[in-house]
Amino acid sequence: MGVMATAQLAPEPPGPTIVRPPRETTASWPLIDRVGYWLCWATGIGLCAIAAAIVLYMFVKGISELRLGLLVESPAPSLQQNKSGGFLDPIVGTFVITAVAIVIAAPIGVALAVWLSEHRNPPWLARAVESAIETIGGIPSVVLAIFGLIVFSRSFLGFLSHSANNGTVTGQSFLTAGIVMAVLALPLIVGATREALAQVPGRMREASYALGKTRATTIRRVLLPSIRPGMASGVVLGMGRIIGDTAIVIFVLGSAKYKNEGVGSIPLIGTLRGTGATLTSYVYNNSPAGEGNAPQKAYAAAFVLLMIVLALNALVTRLTRGGGRSRGRGMALSLAGRMPWSG
Amino acid sequence: MADSPSGAPDRGGPPPTRGSLAAGTEATGGRAVSAQVPPPVRRIAVDRHPHVATPTPGDGAGNGAATAALSPAAARRRPARPAVSPPVERMRIESVSLAYDERWVVRDVSLPVRQGEVLGLIGASGSGKTTLLRSLNRLTEITAGAGRSGRISLDGQEIHEIEVTELRRRVSMVFQQPNPFPMSIFENVAYALREAPTGPRRRRRRARRSQLEPAVREALRRAGLHEEVADDLDRPGLSLSGGQQQRLCIARALAADPEVLLLDEPCSALDPISTAVIEELIVGLRESVAVVIVTHNLQQAQRVADHVAFMHLGELVEYGPAEQLFGSPRKQRTRDYIGGAFG
Repeated sequence: MGVMATAQLAPEPPGPTIVRPPRETTASWPLIDRVGYWLCWATGIGLCAIAAAIVLYMFVKGISELRLGLLVESPAPSLQQNKSGGFLDPIVGTFVITAVAIVIAAPIGVALAVWLSEHRNPPWLARAVESAIETIGGIPSVVLAIFGLIVFSRSFLGFLSHSANNGTVTGQSFLTAGIVMAVLALPLIVGATREALAQVPGRMREASYALGKTRATTIRRVLLPSIRPGMASGVVLGMGRIIGDTAIVIFVLGSAKYKNEGVGSIPLIGTLRGTGATLTSYVYNNSPAGEGNAPQKAYAAAFVLLMIVLALNALVTRLTRGGGRSRGRGMALSLAGRMPWSG
Repeated sequence: MADSPSGAPDRGGPPPTRGSLAAGTEATGGRAVSAQVPPPVRRIAVDRHPHVATPTPGDGAGNGAATAALSPAAARRRPARPAVSPPVERMRIESVSLAYDERWVVRDVSLPVRQGEVLGLIGASGSGKTTLLRSLNRLTEITAGAGRSGRISLDGQEIHEIEVTELRRRVSMVFQQPNPFPMSIFENVAYALREAPTGPRRRRRRARRSQLEPAVREALRRAGLHEEVADDLDRPGLSLSGGQQQRLCIARALAADPEVLLLDEPCSALDPISTAVIEELIVGLRESVAVVIVTHNLQQAQRVADHVAFMHLGELVEYGPAEQLFGSPRKQRTRDYIGGAFG
């Protein structure tokens, strides 16, 4: 308001002397508390050291092994390192499987979260769904992987993957692995979305109801647009989980594969029904632990993998930090016009 | 939200006896009011004796007062009262009692709500005035366990027979805390207009901006906000000041052209200057919409209300023209309450 604005223009008086309280010391604490305090310190520093060591080691190793050619060449079956190609296929495979999984998991996860947080009817079903999501979140991915392989090997699900020469369904494809990955990512998306919904003040819902809007309209037009940063960070967390998972790739996408092998002649569908590799399976297969023996390439691929995951982590931090105050709202608003539900 | 369901008094069984009621008046009433009275400001200080009578039919019709309503001079005391046409009854509250579960919050209240005048509901925290207000557009129903007896009608029709979304468009509400949606100013107001199933085709396409813009601007004009935001309707609603946000909420509430406007302590979160602006606005609006305002602030009730209802512990103690209720209250409890505020 005008009056206040002019009041702020007055010349600034010299500031008063600021007295700061003395720093708190642990000198007066009992020994056990001091030991505990320093242990907390030490563990914190230790964790930083571990994180730095991993990143630095992979960085140094990876940079020294990484050549541009590795990123753009397909792998070739050769025991000679200079002829075995790069890891273009695994990079593409990583993106394809992530895309398939997120396309499935994001809408289902958001819908589940909205239902759990806003409807919860009947309540017993909501509680059951909550336990189910917690259970899935706690299942090791290798268990999900073997279960997925059993399910998708059923002959009536053969259209999702392909059949071997003798007619048995392999159950291995980008589609089937993507579906299993979607299950893996679902709890993360549900959790992040519910957390975001819980942070929308009740008065927003009330304001919308008071304008004669139904609960459905309120969710679609008010809640979903305002929790966009939360949903996005859930999706990105899920992506990180998918990109980093190895067991599902080896079981359901195809073990010991280097190349993405399509099925049939239809370009996209063929790829999706076909088997392939991702960066994680490539690292595994090329490391001394796997069948291959190309640790240099494994380092290079692991470095690329690490960079992708770190970039996603940075994105999550940015989305969630920005989601708090004005900037997040600005971001939500700038995205608002482009989302399908904002129509 | 002092009178919200959770803040309502914990009176389990039957209401206390008369003696304890009177004692409660002095104790709680006095304390609640002294906490609510804002720091003395110029325009509030001069407002001890409202001298403007409730307008009567034909009272000075066509004089210059109407244009003075929004002039700065009028802001210093009770907002000028433009001549209004004879009040028309829009809502009727007949023997209404309201309960949450087994707990009675409002008992046997009867009041008329008229267009052309402002009805003020005053009373200490827990007197049930906010619950009564919220029951007028059935917003109490979003709290589980809410029940009602008696009759509330809108233009002669029982409000339970009106579809709730339609009722809330016809009886809209502004809350204590400004609660604009995290959208642009335009979208905040347009939200109230959109998806209103007006035509025979309920699922019509969403209106385009150009179709909505005149109505949005008109609503902003009625809420006295248009001049300040006319050039930049795409600014986020949350970037406005608190007082502007509250006027945006009023614009939003007016957008669907309601018959009744409910205001739940609309100024309690605002500074005195913003309060003055909104009070003038309220007085100016009563010609076109029936206004009911809940307030803790007795001076505010004096400044804006034509008729005042004093509630205490769920009961309607006294109802009458503002100057009569404040000047010569008939009931002892009213005298105690008002005396607590001024003495």
